[in-house]
Amino acid sequence: MTTKQRPATTHSGQLGRIPHIKSVETRYLEEREALFRGLKGLDRRSFLKVATGAAGAAIAAGASYPFQSFLPVNVASADESRPHWTFAYISDSHLYDKQTNERFVRQLLRAVDDVNALDPQPDFVFYGGDLAQLGRKDQLDLGAQILKAVKAPVRMMVGEHDWFYDLGDRWKELFGPEHYSFDHKGVHCVVLMSVYERDFWTARALTPAERMHTVAGLDDKIQSRFEVGAPQREWLRKDLEKIPASTPLIVFSHSPLYKYYRPWNFWTDDAEEVQTILQRFEHVTVLHGHTHQVLTNRIGNIDFHGMLSTAWPWPYAPEGLPALTVQMSRPNPFDANDGLGDGTVTVHPDGLVDKLYALWNRNPMQVKASYLASGGKQDVPTAPLLASY
Amino acid sequence: MRSLTLPVLALAAAAAATVSAQSTDGASSSAATQSGKLVKLCDNQTTVRVPNGTPQTRTEGQKISDALMAQWEAKHPGNDWVAEELQAHTVVAPDDNAKLIGATQPSTYGPVSAQDVKVWDNETYKFAVYGSTVFHSGEALGSEIAVSCDMCHPNAANTHPETYPKFQPQLGRVVLLRDMINWCIEHPVRGKVLEPDDPKMRALEAYILAQRKGVPLDYGRR
Repeated sequence: MTTKQRPATTHSGQLGRIPHIKSVETRYLEEREALFRGLKGLDRRSFLKVATGAAGAAIAAGASYPFQSFLPVNVASADESRPHWTFAYISDSHLYDKQTNERFVRQLLRAVDDVNALDPQPDFVFYGGDLAQLGRKDQLDLGAQILKAVKAPVRMMVGEHDWFYDLGDRWKELFGPEHYSFDHKGVHCVVLMSVYERDFWTARALTPAERMHTVAGLDDKIQSRFEVGAPQREWLRKDLEKIPASTPLIVFSHSPLYKYYRPWNFWTDDAEEVQTILQRFEHVTVLHGHTHQVLTNRIGNIDFHGMLSTAWPWPYAPEGLPALTVQMSRPNPFDANDGLGDGTVTVHPDGLVDKLYALWNRNPMQVKASYLASGGKQDVPTAPLLASY
Repeated sequence: MRSLTLPVLALAAAAAATVSAQSTDGASSSAATQSGKLVKLCDNQTTVRVPNGTPQTRTEGQKISDALMAQWEAKHPGNDWVAEELQAHTVVAPDDNAKLIGATQPSTYGPVSAQDVKVWDNETYKFAVYGSTVFHSGEALGSEIAVSCDMCHPNAANTHPETYPKFQPQLGRVVLLRDMINWCIEHPVRGKVLEPDDPKMRALEAYILAQRKGVPLDYGRR
């Protein structure tokens, strides 16, 4: 590009011209693109498909990763210290039907592209709940149809947005029981239904649609608090009875299995009771959806990680943020996909996990097991540029 | 939650007893076959019939009042939208001006009465509560994709109205809170932008500002 020197303005009082430079965003995106071109010799189309996944894989494999610039990254060491196994996650897509809102549909499709582009492929893709926005059949069916395009096996968890229209009927028809457990490569995995609510609808004579709408409002005070409930806690106790304490445990719950912020149901009312059941195990990791943000906590022997949403980000709550959480930067409203994403979890042979938040259009954030184990002293994630208000 | 006054409905009732609610069409209620006194609400439509010989006590009078109001409320669902909205969503209350009641150096309009303070309080709060209803409704915002403000901003969190005006490079100018509201309505919400003096815009500003009561102004902050 040839740039002609513009004649300098001489009128007194006129503001000086802004020099012709590329914006921060343009330079950032060019640097990022240059990195991935250099990595794999990709054309632009492939680059767009794999960018997030490749960044995640490079980081997960222990590549040194300068967070402020993409240029000097060395990924030659990417194949050393191969992790035991990985799984990917997608969460909180909040789909309406296609006609009502195609944006949330496109965003879920982007996440599906991300996990399909992962190389090597994850052992499975975990879906963290809130596939639908208002629990309707057409919304759940649409989600199920889109998730069929995921190449790896998909494991499902239910969220409150999937549940409170028909109290789980359609979701269970599509995806099976709302709580279950399975073993994978020496790790015992438990999927909970943590978003039961005490009946607030009968006394108010709410219709199913009104009940669902009430639960769908994060700051709606009429609804009850989330809970796992006594019957399921009993099921969990029985499920874990025969598992030795040395077996690594990964528990999935839609709401955080601790008490973060009650007014927004960033909360599970019987969290302590569930934690008590888990305390016996040496290595426990809980992954939860619902909070739509980078969120890290550790209580006793239990590590907690949030999952990103593909629909919209939530702000950090005004109080109760766990001390170990390094916030993601405040999402930029001018970028419709900022603060959103998906991610991967690397499970080490000892059962501890490194959690990768693959934020779209941003550098990924990784929260390592060593960060939690050291009480926040080692491998501290990079601080955000713009914190929450 | 604070108490909010309902529309004032004066009772014409004098006597009372066990009250039987009446079908409200005036024609049948005038039928001579029924004994007792017909009591009308100030809407001139709602009635109850009070049997003759009912004791004239406050308790019985309250029963008449309750029976009339129950009918009126059944005919006017949503009349108490302020209380309904406050059941669902927290709205920070305006400043308490009770300290001004009866103060010395009265203004041109005389000393401040408890009623003055109540009116200021009710009207101001109601405006912010109306803003909350708009904030929480994709329909009221005219969203084409069923998105409302609270989806990204529960309790108006992260709206930081105290940081405006500030230069917004993406819009190429210094923006006020209402410019950002309109940007959000147009883009994430996909509705139609509001005129600056549109009652919905004014109420949205009121609600958003109300939630940051007590936070120092800090214009230009990023």
